[in-house]
Parts: sequence; C-alpha cells; structure tokens
Amino acid sequence: MRWIREHLVLFLGLLVLVYMFVPIFVVVLMSFNDPASRNVYRFDGFTLDNWTNFCGPNGLCDSLVTSVLIAALATLIATVLGTLAAFALVRYDFAGRSASNLLIFLPMAAPEIVLGSSLLALFVAAGFAGQLGFWTILIAHVMFCLSFVVVTVRARLAGMDDTLEQAAMDLYATPAQTFWRVTFPLVLPGIVGAALLSFSLSFDDFIITNLNAGTETTFPMYVWGVAQRGVPMQVNVVGTLMFLLSVAVVVAGEVNNRRRRATLT
Amino acid sequence: MSQVADVPTEQVGDSSYDGLRLRGVSKTYPNGFTAVDTLDLDVPRGSFIALLGPSGCGKTTTLRMVAGLETPTSGEIRLAGDDITYAKPYKRPVNTVFQNYALFPHLDIFENVAFGLKRRKVKDVEAQVREMLALVELDSQARKKPTQLSGGQQQRVALARALINRPEVLLLDEPLGALDLKLRRSMQIEIKRIQTEVGLTFVHVTHDQEEAMTMADTVAVMNAGVIEQLGAPEELYENPRSTFVANFLGQSNLIEGTVVSRGSDVTSVDMHGIGVSVPTGRTHTDGEKGWIGIRPEKVLIGEEGEALDAPGNTIPGGVVTDVSFNGVSTQYLVRMPWGQELAVFAQNTGRTRIFRRGDRVELSWRPEYAFLLDFSQDASAGAQKGD
Repeated sequence: MRWIREHLVLFLGLLVLVYMFVPIFVVVLMSFNDPASRNVYRFDGFTLDNWTNFCGPNGLCDSLVTSVLIAALATLIATVLGTLAAFALVRYDFAGRSASNLLIFLPMAAPEIVLGSSLLALFVAAGFAGQLGFWTILIAHVMFCLSFVVVTVRARLAGMDDTLEQAAMDLYATPAQTFWRVTFPLVLPGIVGAALLSFSLSFDDFIITNLNAGTETTFPMYVWGVAQRGVPMQVNVVGTLMFLLSVAVVVAGEVNNRRRRATLT
Repeated sequence: MSQVADVPTEQVGDSSYDGLRLRGVSKTYPNGFTAVDTLDLDVPRGSFIALLGPSGCGKTTTLRMVAGLETPTSGEIRLAGDDITYAKPYKRPVNTVFQNYALFPHLDIFENVAFGLKRRKVKDVEAQVREMLALVELDSQARKKPTQLSGGQQQRVALARALINRPEVLLLDEPLGALDLKLRRSMQIEIKRIQTEVGLTFVHVTHDQEEAMTMADTVAVMNAGVIEQLGAPEELYENPRSTFVANFLGQSNLIEGTVVSRGSDVTSVDMHGIGVSVPTGRTHTDGEKGWIGIRPEKVLIGEEGEALDAPGNTIPGGVVTDVSFNGVSTQYLVRMPWGQELAVFAQNTGRTRIFRRGDRVELSWRPEYAFLLDFSQDASAGAQKGD
C-alpha cells in the first residue's frame, strides 16, 4: 500500500507517456507489417517490403513530393514576408499599426473551414476556378503560415533589448553592420522557430488544402483518400520517418546546447 | 584642477578647444518636455567629470546627445574642435558604458571587447583585446558568454569594450547602479584607477552624490535640465550656491536670516535676533533676506553656558529632540527657540559628553563655514528623504 502511495506520481507519469507513445509505437510497428488483407489494420507478419518498396502504392510518392515542395516554398515565402512584417510592426510607428496587429492575428483565430471556403470563393470569383491546384494551395498555405511567423518573430523582437543596437552603433557599427552582427543573430532563433512551425503547419494541413486543391493531391489528402479503401502500410513508413526526423532535430538541438554549455564552464 | 568656464567667453564655433564643449544645448521631446535647457559645459581633455542629479534632471539625455543617441533640439556639441552635433553615433570618437551594460549576449567576452576594433578594421585585435582584458582582470574569462559572468564582471567587460577604442570621451551612464554597495565602492576606485592610467576624458552620469564626489575631479550638479553648479567636489560641498546643491550634495541646515550689512569681507545677517556673519565669497544673494546655510558637522554643540570653541556668536536655547549614536559620531536634532530643528553631527572625540533627548544645549559655528543663499529658493529643494 505504502509503496503504491509513494510511487503514484511516477506511475501516473508513466501512464501518460504510454498514452502518448502508443500511437507512435503502432505506426512504427505497422511500417514493418506484412498485411494479409488491405481492409484489416492488423499485424500479420514481419517484412521490410514497406521500407524497400516505399513508392509502391500508386500516388503516394507523388503526393509526398507535392507536400514537401509546397511546405518548403510556403515556409520560405511566409518566413521572409512574416519577418519583414514583424520588424515593421515592432520597430515603426505608422498609421494603422494596431489594426495591422489585429488583422495579422485573425487567420489564427478563424476556423480553418471558414478560411478554406472563403479562399475558395475568392479564387472562384477571381476566375481561377479552372486553375485550382499547386499554386492556389501554396497561396493558401503562405496566408495562414504568415500569421504564425509574424507572431513568433514579433515576440522575439519585442523582447529584445534595444540598447544592444545602440551599443553596436556606439561601437562604430554602421546601421547595416548593426543589423547583421547584432539584431539578426539575436532574432534568428525566433525566425528558425517560425520556419519550423510553418513547415509542419503547411505539411499537415488538410481542410484548407482540400478545398483549394482542384485536382492536386497532397500527402494528407492522399492518406484521407486511401483510408476509405484501406491504408497502405507505406504510410506508416512516412509517419515513422517524420517521427525520426523530428526526434533527430530535437536531439541535435539539445546536444548542441549541452556541448556549448560544457565548453563554457 | 578644474578649468571649467562657468560662462562661455569664447565665440560659439571656436575650434581651438581640445576637450568636449557643449554650447546652448537643448533637448525638447515631442511631448513638450524639455529635458535639457540651454546647457553650456566644457570638459577639458583628460578630466573626469560627473553629471550629478536626481532622475529626470536631464543628465542622461545630455550624455546620450554626446553619444549621438539623441539629437539636440538646438545648440552645438564640439569635440576637439569638430562639430559633432548631428554626427551619427558610429562616426564619433565617443564610447559609452551603458547602465545595463548592453553586452551582446550572442558573443563571448573576447568578441564583445573586440567589437569596436573589428568594425574599424583595426589590426592586431587579438593582442589589444588580451591587454584590455588583463587591465580589467578578466583574461581567464575571454571565452565565456556575458550571462555566465557576475554583475561586477559584466560591468568590467562593458568598461573594457568601450575603453579599448581609446575614445576622445568615455561616457558612463550610471554604470554602477545595478551593483550592491560593497562592489560599487570597489568599482568606483577601480574606474578611477583606470581613468588615471589611460588618461582619457570620462563623463560619468550618476544620482549618487557620494559616487560623484569620490570619482570625479569636477562635479556638475544638474537640476531640471540646467547645471546648478559646477566645480571640484570640495568646492561644491563647502560653498554651495543654491539650496538645491546645498541639500542634494550632503545635508545642510538652512535658517532664515535678514541681511543687516554687507562689508568687503563679511555679510552680517540677523538670524532670529542673533547676529551671524557669512564671508562675502560665500554670500550668494543680493536680497534683503536669505537662507543661512551650515553643514551639520560644522555645528558645535555644548552645555548651556559652556564656552564653545568658536569665534561666532553662541546660539542659546536649544533642546535636543533626537539622538542617534553610530560610534564614529552622534547625530542630534536640536529644536531652536524659533521652532526649527537643526541637525548636528558631533565627532565622538570623547571631549564632550553625549547629550540625551531633552537636554538644553547651545550651538555655535565658525563664521567662515557658513554660506548665504537666495531666499526665493525652496529651502527643501533637492533634499533626499531618509538620507
């Protein structure tokens, strides 16, 4: 009895971890599954086929390439535009600044289904009904990523001590040198964070994408489509790869931090 | 010694002066607040001047205008003859030690100190940085980040980062404000030592009168955007010209008096029926009435009827209302017959007994220590609460 009481917190913690990791474990496990039937999601036998014959299912790799490409482009455009916007919103006092701040926030607050359908209405009204596809998806993704970038970078900028820039100028740095040597390196973590966030938001998005995709298929749309007929096990391979990639990023960041701390002390 | 001119005698635009010169400098903010009002100031090359005043007196604004971080509304700033009034901060041979140090958090100590040299593409950066870090005793910390250092160490990095550029003028904006008292005292001595060693012009902004007097050769007491008085610390303390300076720099007893006669050596003043005299050189009013000022440690205290060792008149009828003994001295508050309480600091020499509350005493002081101030000034101007 006492033992249980003393270890209750530990036990509950483990339970939460299990709850969180079971789905991931299932995905990893299923990537090695040799299914007997397409309609039953059950582990029938071990195989490496899903990994070696990764692009086997029709359309999987095409949709994956489309998604990665859109995510990369949307991230690039949204990060550049959003960073510039964040600088303007923090550094310059212009007419309509508070209104802009509010407007930037709206896409994050609005439900995706509303954003998606109004964008579709906009594209149709503008005469792009026949051209829905890669570019309309990209435009839509840039639109919603932008808000997240602005908010993230703005927070970083607002938290920055502006006497640092004054100190740089006092120490003979021209405005350009001040920006590249002091301001930019200090804001960079915020920009990188915003870019990572944009990428995953874009890669993940289904609702807005689905409404504006036309005949184009992104990876989430592909999964949704094939789910009706039984998900091919290769989807689990993609899931596993993405999981490993994010773990790698986190571990690399932590190792880098620890190494820096170790060399300093 | 101080060769600071109180009134500009030279023409504006004279370029022969090799120090820092401010002429008629004003700064009015868009909201209408005038932080600095037609300020004239000469800082000779190689001197250490302190701008002393309460917060909002315009001392930091003055400093920032010299640094180029603020633009004056009017007036002219010259450095070694060159007009720098509107020069960009990165084009002036002036460096600043910021109040919060403003060390670059993403650069290590070495790179922080090297920053100015690298921007100017100076050769031999490595050796100079090493030398400067040795001067501030931080050579072993070169590869640490600023956040890994203590407050005192960060302060020294900020100093080194500015000093290494050998600026014409080094500006210090309350650099010791964030340090605890003990560290502050040792840094005061340290900065003074470094200034003497490198021989650069230092302009130090502070609200701490003790700090200003300890460190600077010349102190400029600022109030409401103007310099109230400027001079060597002893001169300011012994012969203040306004009630603000008398109260802000140390503590003063200011007693109402009526001028009886003005001689060539002394001014005779009637102080509540007692005749006192004030040296002419310490008389700073033309009015009929004035504030007779005397520092608490210059006031002698004795038993009723006791002959005090002072050539001035004895003022009888005092009653001790408060006594605080702190070992070295005793601080008394003595209520005078006219109702005013005067502060008296008596050295604990053992020659006189320590009075108790309610004791009847007599006060006196040597006339040469008294000063006479303009009666139109507020007698409590610049007084610090609880100081």
